[in-house]
Amino acid sequence: MKIKIPKLTFWSSVFWIIVALGIYSTILRFTKGLGAVTNLSDEFPWGLWIGFDVLCGVGLAAGGFVIAAAVYIFNLEEYKSILPSAILTAFLGYLLVIIALLFDLGKPWNIWHPIIMWNPESVMFEVAWCVMLYTTVLALEFSPFIFQKFKLEKPQKIIKSLTIPLVVAGVILSTLHQSSLGSLYLIVPEKLYPIWYSSNLPYLFFLSAVAVGPAMVTIESYLSSRAFKREIEIHILSKLAKVTAVALMVYLVLKIQDIIKYNLFSYIFTLNYEAIMFWIEFAFGVILPIILLANSRIRSSKKGLFIAQLITVLGFILNRLNVSITALENYTQANYFPKWTEITVTLFMVALGFALFRFIAKHLPIFPPEVSEKRKLLTEGFEVISIKEVFKEQT
Amino acid sequence: MKYGILIDITRCIGCYACEEACAQRWGNPITEAHKLSSIQNTAVIDYNGVYVSRLCMHCEKPTCASACPVGAFQKTSLGPVIYDPSKCLGCRYCMQACPFDIPKYQWDKLNPKVTKCDMCYERIKAGNVPACVEACPAEARTFGKRDELIEEAKRRINENPETYYPHIFGLKEAGGTSVLYLADRPMQKLGFKANLPEVPLSLFTEQIMSKIPGYIFWGGTLLFGIWWITKRRDEVQRLQRKLKEMEENNKKENGK
Repeated sequence: MKIKIPKLTFWSSVFWIIVALGIYSTILRFTKGLGAVTNLSDEFPWGLWIGFDVLCGVGLAAGGFVIAAAVYIFNLEEYKSILPSAILTAFLGYLLVIIALLFDLGKPWNIWHPIIMWNPESVMFEVAWCVMLYTTVLALEFSPFIFQKFKLEKPQKIIKSLTIPLVVAGVILSTLHQSSLGSLYLIVPEKLYPIWYSSNLPYLFFLSAVAVGPAMVTIESYLSSRAFKREIEIHILSKLAKVTAVALMVYLVLKIQDIIKYNLFSYIFTLNYEAIMFWIEFAFGVILPIILLANSRIRSSKKGLFIAQLITVLGFILNRLNVSITALENYTQANYFPKWTEITVTLFMVALGFALFRFIAKHLPIFPPEVSEKRKLLTEGFEVISIKEVFKEQT
Repeated sequence: MKYGILIDITRCIGCYACEEACAQRWGNPITEAHKLSSIQNTAVIDYNGVYVSRLCMHCEKPTCASACPVGAFQKTSLGPVIYDPSKCLGCRYCMQACPFDIPKYQWDKLNPKVTKCDMCYERIKAGNVPACVEACPAEARTFGKRDELIEEAKRRINENPETYYPHIFGLKEAGGTSVLYLADRPMQKLGFKANLPEVPLSLFTEQIMSKIPGYIFWGGTLLFGIWWITKRRDEVQRLQRKLKEMEENNKKENGK
C-alpha cells in the first residue's frame, strides 16, 4: 500500500502553526484563567475576543440571511446557486462565534443560563436568544445537504416544507441581533467617544452587516473558486455588489446625519488618535467601496470585484474594532492592546473556519454541478470565465 | 423602605478604617492599594488631601441589573443592589455598562465572580448598619433611610453654606442612587464623570428594546407578504406564458 505524504505548502504550514499556537493558548486559558491570556482588566473588560470574534464574526456571517431572503422571500432564483455556500459560511460563522464566546465568558459552563434565567430588559439577553435561535435555523437550513448525502428522504421533505417559515424566522432573528450588537453600546453614552456614539447605532450595525454579507459571499466564492478549481459566478456576484453599494450609501447618509445631529465637526477635524481611526474607517470602509462598487467595470471584473469587496470587509472589521475598542480608550485610559495569546485564539478561530468550510465543501454537495451551470449561462448569454484564466491572471 | 448611605467628604479623615472593616466582612486581604478591585469593595482615594471613599452607588434603577442577560443583579426592596454569582455567566456587560465603573472581576480565578459592595445586605436585613459605616470614627458615613438622608444632607448644606458645595451627588445622577455624597466642591473634581445623564442609563436601551415585539409582528407579516406577492407574480407569469403558447398554437392550427 502506498502512503501519501501530504505536501506542506505555505498556507498549510501557516495553518498548522496557528493551530499549534491556538491549542497552546486554549490550554492556558482553561488552566490559568482570563487574566493569564488576555490584557483585559477591570478598566477594559471587553477586548479583541468581543470586538473581533463576536462583533465581526456575527457581522461577517450576515451573507446567510441576505442571500436566503433574496432567494426565498424576493424569489430571485438566480442567487440559488450561491445560497448553499452562503448558508454554510453563516452557519460556521455562528458556530465559531459560540466557540469564541466559550473562551471569553468567565463561566463558560453557564452559557445556557439565558434559556431559563430571563431578563428581557437586557440587550445581551436578546442577543443570546437570537444567536441561539438563528444558529438552530441555520443548522436546519443547512441540514438538507447532509440528508441528501446520506439519502434520507423523509427529513429532507419535512425541512423543505418548512423552508419559508425558517427563512422568515432567520431574517427576523438576524435583523434583531445584528442591530442589537450595536444597541449593546447604547447604554454607555458617557463612555463611548462621541464620534461613535449615536442613537442610530443599531441601524448602522444592521446596514453595515447587510453590506458586508454579500462582500463575504464574494470573497468566499473567489477563494473557493481557486481552491476547488471552479468557475466564478461573476454575473451573480456583481449584482450582489449592488446590494453592498446601496447598503453602504444608506449607511453613509445615516453617518453624515449623525455628524450633523451630534455636531461632531470639532471631533473629526482635530488631529488625534480617534479622528485618524475614524477617517481611515470612513474613507476606506465606506466611501472607497461605494466608489469602487458603483463602477460597473470594476463590478464585472473578477479581481476588481474581489479587491473592492475585500476593502468593504476590512472597513467593516475596522468599524467594529473602533466601536468596541478605540471608542473606549479615551474614557478608560487603559491603553488596551491584545496580548499575543488573545491574537492566536482569534487566528485559531479564523483558521478553524477555513478548515471546516474546506472539509464540508469537499464532502457535501454545496456547490451545484458545474456543467449545468455553464450550459445555463451560455444559453443566457453570460460570459463564462474558465478557471485557467483565473490562474493566468494570477501569474 | 429604602436605605442608603450618605458620605460626607468634608468629614473623612483618611484613616482607612472603612476599608479594613469591609475587607474583614468579605474575608479579603488588607491592601495598601486604596483602589476598588476584586479584593476591595470600598476604597478611600486621596485627591491631594481630599479623601473620597468609593463604593457601589446602589442606583435606584441599576444599569448593571438592566444589562445583565440572566438577571444576576437585583435591586432589593431595602435598597442594596445584590449580585448572585450562581446565575452569572461572566459576560462582563455589567462592568462595561456601569456608569460608575463599580463591578470588578476576579481575572485570575478559573471560576471568576464579579465583585462589588452589597451595602452589607445580610447585616441590614438583621437590623444592623453596614460594616464600613460602623467602623467610621469620623461619622463621614451615615446609614439610614434614603429620604431622611436627603433631608439630613439639605440641612447640612443650609446650616454650613460656606463648607458645602450646594449639590447632593446621587440625588438625580443616573436616575438617582442610594449612596449620596456631600463635598466642598463639585464631585466632578473628585474623580466622578462630568457627563453623567440624570436619567437611568437603561432608558437608552429600553427605547430600542421596546420596539422589538412590534418589529417581530410587522416584520414577519411584511416578509410573508413579499413572499406571497413574488410567488404569485411568478405563477401568473408562468400562466401567461402558457396562455400565449396556447394562443400561438391555436393560431398556427387555424392558419393551417
